[in-house]
Amino acid sequence: MPIDYLPILVMVVVVVAFAAIALTLSSLTGPRHPTAAKLEPYESGMPPFGSARRRISIKYYLTAVLFILFDIEIIFFYPWAVLFRQLKLFGLVEMGVFVLILLIGYVYVWRKGGFNWD
Amino acid sequence: MSLLVFYLFAAIAVLAALGMVVLRNPVHSALSLALVFVSLAAMYVLLSAPFIAVAQVMIYAGAILILFVFVIMLLSPGTDQGVGALKAQRGLAILFGAALLVLLIAVLGGAVLPPTRGTFTPEAIAAEGDTQAVGALLFTNFLLPFEITSILLLVAIVGVIVLAKKRQSISKQ
Repeated sequence: MPIDYLPILVMVVVVVAFAAIALTLSSLTGPRHPTAAKLEPYESGMPPFGSARRRISIKYYLTAVLFILFDIEIIFFYPWAVLFRQLKLFGLVEMGVFVLILLIGYVYVWRKGGFNWD
Repeated sequence: MSLLVFYLFAAIAVLAALGMVVLRNPVHSALSLALVFVSLAAMYVLLSAPFIAVAQVMIYAGAILILFVFVIMLLSPGTDQGVGALKAQRGLAILFGAALLVLLIAVLGGAVLPPTRGTFTPEAIAAEGDTQAVGALLFTNFLLPFEITSILLLVAIVGVIVLAKKRQSISKQ
């Protein structure tokens, strides 16, 4: 029922309104005395170096694709979790087989050093 | 009420889609695309299909968009790259885009969807819940395709390692 999702809509409206009001109020009422040091990007207190638009190591691609694959796996858990009680032991076994096959992939990635940062 | 919410999210989706195309900074485009995906999820909820809404948020806004953001990170295109090369195509693009729009309106404008047939009428799905309806079929009648999906994902995982991981680091172990 779409009406059941009304709280989410209310939350979205509140979040957007809160962000908009907080940013608008602080930009309207806050004092502004910019200096060169204040306008610098903040990098955990270190002096900033280099451009933020530089290219990032291709190694992250492995992380990204592995994340996507295991994220797709999650979408199958959602209807399974909803129906868990009705499916009884049969549901547990079939999800067990599903997870076991993916566990082979997980172990493969682990053994091949997919989680290492060399 | 429901119609009002539909128009709200339809407007957000169209504006965000326009922003995705028009904005120069690729990261801003990706954020606009996220907004499109979330608006579409809201529309699925309005169509009494919360499972598709969740899938939309998790797969599209979660996984696909992450892939786009990673590609932006890896390629790091300048904010003005690529636009110059496409300038010559602009006239043609507008022409063909307009032609496609006219064609879509001509074909879809007068289209009438056939009435729903089979056991899964909107009322039946609304009574059972669409996640329950999907799950009940997925874990009984379509059990084999479901288990084969895990093999498909396994092949993809192995493929990622074979393609993206350097050979030398494997032989080191």
